[in-house]
Amino acid sequence: MGDPLFWHRMQFGFTASFHYLFPQLTMGLALLIAVMKWLGLDPGREHYNEAARFWIRILGINFAVGVVTGIPLEFQFGTNWSRFSAFSGGVIGQTLGMEGMFAFFLESTFLGILIWGEKRFGPRRHFWAAIALFVGSWLSGYFIVATDAFMQHPVGHMTAADGTLQLASFWDFVINPWATIQYLHNMAGAVVTGSFVIAAVGAYWTLRGIHTKQAWLNLKIGVTAGLLSSLVVAFPTGDLQGKLVAKHQPVSLAAMEGRFESGPRAGLNMIGQPNVAEGKLDNPIRLPGVLSFIAYGSFSANVKGLNEFPRDQWPTSIEMLYYGFHIMVGLGTLFIGLMGMSFLLLWKRRIQAQRWMLWILMLAFPFPYIANTMGWMTAEMGRQPWLIFGVMRTSEGSSHLVHSGQTIFTMLGFAGLYFILGVLFLFLIGREIAQGPAGHGEVN
Amino acid sequence: MEMLWFWLVSVMIAIYAMMDGFDFGAGILHLFVAKTNDERRQVLAAIGPWWDGNEVWLLAGGGALFLAFPKVLASGFSGFYLAMFLVLWCLVLRGIGIEFRSHLRDGMWRAFWDAVFAVASILLPILLGAALGNVVRGVPIDATGYFNIPLFTSFGIHNPVGILDWYTVLMGVFVLVTIAGHGATFLGWKTDGRVHARAVNAGLPLWSFVIILWLVMTAATLRVTPALFHGWATSPLAWLATLIYIAGLGAVMFGLFKGRHLLAFIGSGAFILGILAATAASVWPVMLRSTLNPEWSLTAHNASVAASGLRKGFIWWIIGFPIALGYFAMLFRLFRGKAQAAGEGEGY
Ligand code: HDD
Ligand code: HEM
Ligand code: HEM
Repeated sequence: MGDPLFWHRMQFGFTASFHYLFPQLTMGLALLIAVMKWLGLDPGREHYNEAARFWIRILGINFAVGVVTGIPLEFQFGTNWSRFSAFSGGVIGQTLGMEGMFAFFLESTFLGILIWGEKRFGPRRHFWAAIALFVGSWLSGYFIVATDAFMQHPVGHMTAADGTLQLASFWDFVINPWATIQYLHNMAGAVVTGSFVIAAVGAYWTLRGIHTKQAWLNLKIGVTAGLLSSLVVAFPTGDLQGKLVAKHQPVSLAAMEGRFESGPRAGLNMIGQPNVAEGKLDNPIRLPGVLSFIAYGSFSANVKGLNEFPRDQWPTSIEMLYYGFHIMVGLGTLFIGLMGMSFLLLWKRRIQAQRWMLWILMLAFPFPYIANTMGWMTAEMGRQPWLIFGVMRTSEGSSHLVHSGQTIFTMLGFAGLYFILGVLFLFLIGREIAQGPAGHGEVN
Repeated sequence: MEMLWFWLVSVMIAIYAMMDGFDFGAGILHLFVAKTNDERRQVLAAIGPWWDGNEVWLLAGGGALFLAFPKVLASGFSGFYLAMFLVLWCLVLRGIGIEFRSHLRDGMWRAFWDAVFAVASILLPILLGAALGNVVRGVPIDATGYFNIPLFTSFGIHNPVGILDWYTVLMGVFVLVTIAGHGATFLGWKTDGRVHARAVNAGLPLWSFVIILWLVMTAATLRVTPALFHGWATSPLAWLATLIYIAGLGAVMFGLFKGRHLLAFIGSGAFILGILAATAASVWPVMLRSTLNPEWSLTAHNASVAASGLRKGFIWWIIGFPIALGYFAMLFRLFRGKAQAAGEGEGY
């Protein structure tokens, strides 16, 4: 407990996980609001604008919390990971710098126009503001994912005479193949969150029998986007992610799958508990050959197990890694089933009568948040013990002069502050949803 | 290239101080110049479209520092560890205060967030000013390029120092009063009615106080870091910046006396930009001065990344910077005129 490294990691993991609860909705909604505004340009479809207005109010609250929780992350590179920053700033400083310049200014400028500007600037300009916000938030997502991708799979760099990393090829670094695939998978995950939230609100209003027209529209948008994005998150993007990990981080793949022994025709573990001390998986239920196929495209390929790697390269928490990955993939499979069924009912116009389905849709919205968080846990824990995979160990990157009295103090401070923030956020969002699409005017 | 990036970083940080300064200033003053709910809403409407974009200058400036001088960022941020987190928590609370206040039409809810907004707006300039004071005074950087100091020790300026000592606290107060004055000129320009009248009334005493503190600070700096004045004396750029901030001061006074509110606001902005530029020109090339051994100071030369990275960065920077300025020009055009308290439910 007195080890400052542990607290650096706890604090970064906690603040990043908390932060990412908000951007995933911001980015998902930003896309779907732009679509609503686009459809609403047709004067016959005013109800799309009405839906957009409601979701812009939600976005406003969500965005605010996303902004204030994002700023501490940016600073923690310097405060908690100073040796990492000094070592790799010559490379990752590029994307972090571009993010502010190209993405954050765009987002913050046009969010104001989106929130205040509908009456003032007219429908066309309001639509363009929605597009600008979408581009801004998705760009910011790219820059930060590209930064993370460098840590997962460092490319485009060289080692300078003083031992630090410097930029060798700007484009190799910025269009890291890991970054592009991770980005698509991650953004698909954000759209899953956005659509599940929209569908849940539609289902809630339908169950209550209020705001019928908006309820139907939200169900339609949420379920359609939900099905599409659930498909994309699994295939091709999740599949490609898996192949990348198999190729570049085979030791992480072995840990994610709880696989200790190497061998061909590797089975996919559906259920089981990794027993690291004895080097085996308890109570396994396997699909034979499927892991080989997923990782290498052939049922007979050899998939290495953990025993083939030296212990000091094993990820530090194999159990969490295993569960995180399985929860994500399991939920992803369920999402496709859930949204596929809802879509069929929607298509046949029977969904409003199937109250059990509406209950499920309403209660399902937390699960994409869980899947996204588990995804990041998998990515970040799978990278351990490396901070930059194969280049720098996590223990070499922290701020060595900051002692645990300082880190525990700030960790506790964040825990308290973010707890209050979370409660206030839920309270305000709950009010908006209760007030319905017409918003402040109606209930007050 | 290093000199160029030294200036890009300095300019972006100075723009941050000027831009976020006016909304900090509005936050410092609003409890005093805006008494009723409608008046408070008018203040928030005046800064509403801006404050988030203003804060991005901090991120963009930090990003530029990361890109060009990661060792300075690493050493400084980890060295001022606790103070950094106080700044971050204030930024979090302040942003939440601005955004959440309007969502409930309830007197206690709003009074609470008004207080949060005011307290965070007061603490931030003090902390950021103290940071500037630390940069000027110097910190105990060791041979490896790092240091870590507590929030305060004995409030003396000799090692072992804390982040807060008499000099840096004085600097914090100077920055606080300047930022309050900047907020007053901003509200004088951007609001009407009672808020306007009270802000203009606050302007003159605040700025007189700024002038007194400025003289005190100059004398104190002369005692704490005489080297700064050698830098200043040998740098024509520093003279130019000095000219700009003195002219800015003149413009503030003239504008306040004559009721030329935009001129006063531009003047207070020029004062902030100029005084920071003069400081940057005087310390060049030192970015973080070591009080243990001048050799261990982090400078634009020994803390920068390789030239290739600086060049690549400059290529996109020169594209991105005008675009960012363009957004702000657009906001100025779109939200021109005096701020009205927006109708309930529309944004703020
Ligand atoms: C792929 C998406 C994504 C991921 C992985 C992260 N963020 Fe984020 N971040 C966003 C997507 C995003 C966003 C959608 O662009 C936000 C959310 C709300 C907002 O204002 O922008 C944002 C806001 C945001 C802000 C405030 C911007 C502003 O003032 O407008 C900062 C400083 C950061 N983030 C920094 C980080 C850092 C340092 C991260 C990782 C360690 C990080 N974010 C993870
Ligand atoms: C938003 C999504 C993200 C989430 C939820 C997330 C989550 C986490 C978690 C849980 C850890 C702790 C891992 C451990 O110690 O076992 C961690 C560590 C870390 N992450 Fe992330 N992360 C995210 C994005 C990023 C990005 C985009 C970057 C880089 C730009 C990043 C950089 C780091 C660093 C520097 C550490 C600490 C060192 C380490 O423990 O490896 N993270 N993150
Ligand atoms: C259904 C099949 C899915 C597969 C095969 C899959 C596969 C993967 C893989 C292999 C990783 C990379 C781990 C690493 O880098 O070590 C990953 C990460 C991630 N996953 Fe999934 N995933 C699936 C579903 C989902 C779902 C449903 C969501 C969220 C709604 C999601 C969100 C994420 C996120 C946010 C990350 C971390 C960022 C990234 O590396 O892209 N995934 N996924």
